[in-house]
Amino acid sequence: MKKLLILGAGTAGTMMLNKLHGMLDKNEWQITIVDQCETHYYQPGFLFIPFGIYTKKDVVKPKRDFFPSDVDVIISEIDKIEPEQNRVLLKNNVVLTYDYLIIATGAKINPAQTEGMKDGQWHKSIFDFYTIEGACALGNFFKHWKGGKLVVNITEMPIKCPVAPLEFVFLADWYFTERGIRDNVDIHFVTPLPGAFTKPRASSILGDFLNKKNILLTTEFNIARVDNEKKAIVSWDETEIPFDVLVTIPTNMGDEIIARSGMGDELNFVPTDKGTLRSLNYNNVFVLGDATNLPSSKAGSVAHFQADILTENFMNVIEGREPSEKFDGHANCFIESGFGKGILIDFNYETEPLPGKFPLPGVGPFSLLEETKMNHYGKVMFRWMYWNFLLKGLEMPIESHMSMAGKRM
Amino acid sequence: MTTVATETKTLERDADGHIKNISDWNEQIANALALEEGIPVLTERHWAVINFMRKEFQEKGDAPSIRRLTKESGVETKELYALFPKGPAKKAAKIAGLPKPKGCI
Repeated sequence: MKKLLILGAGTAGTMMLNKLHGMLDKNEWQITIVDQCETHYYQPGFLFIPFGIYTKKDVVKPKRDFFPSDVDVIISEIDKIEPEQNRVLLKNNVVLTYDYLIIATGAKINPAQTEGMKDGQWHKSIFDFYTIEGACALGNFFKHWKGGKLVVNITEMPIKCPVAPLEFVFLADWYFTERGIRDNVDIHFVTPLPGAFTKPRASSILGDFLNKKNILLTTEFNIARVDNEKKAIVSWDETEIPFDVLVTIPTNMGDEIIARSGMGDELNFVPTDKGTLRSLNYNNVFVLGDATNLPSSKAGSVAHFQADILTENFMNVIEGREPSEKFDGHANCFIESGFGKGILIDFNYETEPLPGKFPLPGVGPFSLLEETKMNHYGKVMFRWMYWNFLLKGLEMPIESHMSMAGKRM
Repeated sequence: MTTVATETKTLERDADGHIKNISDWNEQIANALALEEGIPVLTERHWAVINFMRKEFQEKGDAPSIRRLTKESGVETKELYALFPKGPAKKAAKIAGLPKPKGCI
């Protein structure tokens, strides 16, 4: 029996498990997946919790609902990977060996990387919305908040779902308008990037939306520390921005397992071939989703496109061929913009988000880089697609490689 | 000064304004690129960072991120921002004649 070991049963690991389970001969392969936690979180839903649109129960399901019945599932923390020995040590003292390893251990926020971030005000007047705890705490806080200075700050790139902070301020504008206190709330979006987003065309269009919605934008702000006395964020060049409530997107890092295994870069992301998704250092190790160091967005849609590519490449490699498929950095993001509307962007390593129609050229139903009700319905529908199609590794009506059809230059 | 400024204008640049051909680079061009970034004079400390970046790029094929710089160049984050205001990794890479670091997406 040959052994395939998958580390991490989040979006990427679960999709990959389901895809390969359907391809590999059960008489020849033993598939094992390891995760520390029994609950699957629909992370795109965290964004909606602070505004009371979703509650915790809308974003959780048991992981076991998405595992095929004949797969070995181990719920345990992982101590470390020993890639030279082709084995993985678990915290419960079990040692797992493998012929092939897929690392899908994800990324998470690390607020302690910023001085003062966790000194006292954490989840009191400083919140994150990238964890279930942070999103729920912020939801409770907003319910009774009377207004003041709301600062939303990205600490440093890369972050998971780079559009989520923008969606957050758009939704905040809508939410406080609905509550009738928008006039009492200053919304201030503070980013280390030179514009509202990472890519120029989208950045300028999204910047206009901020302006239209009366959201203040500060660019090229690199936070050095939080001053808890003054309630201000302070940049490395000593610029201060005061807040009453700070919503931070802290430094994102790969899992500590990667650091313990000596397999990561300075942010614990695993050096990965940006086309084949094979580890740059070990031929029988592949890396998927947020765990990679790829210059693509860290997002579920990206993991999904990668999973299609990796399935092909994995089959090639186990059958003795070279990986044939190349990931192009394709990402596809619905950006919730408030008041029942949304914006859609579709891009890859080389092509920045462009206006047009998607997925059918000239038809849509979705509009790229435009604010429409249909785009909002796409986002709402996506949660259903996620649970029922995406995680189960079923075909989605979107190509893995980005298409230029329907896009306007 | 005019001759140097003219020289940088004729250099091929990428979409981010970084020079395309690393072999075009020399110290004079670094001075002119620094001027473009609002840094009038390159001090010894600037050069420590620039030289570190060029060495890293030769060894690893990518300009180092701000984290690598802090960890390994011997220059603290605070000083990096004083030397290269706003974006040390990006600005220092540009002045060093390197492409924009991959981390800056």
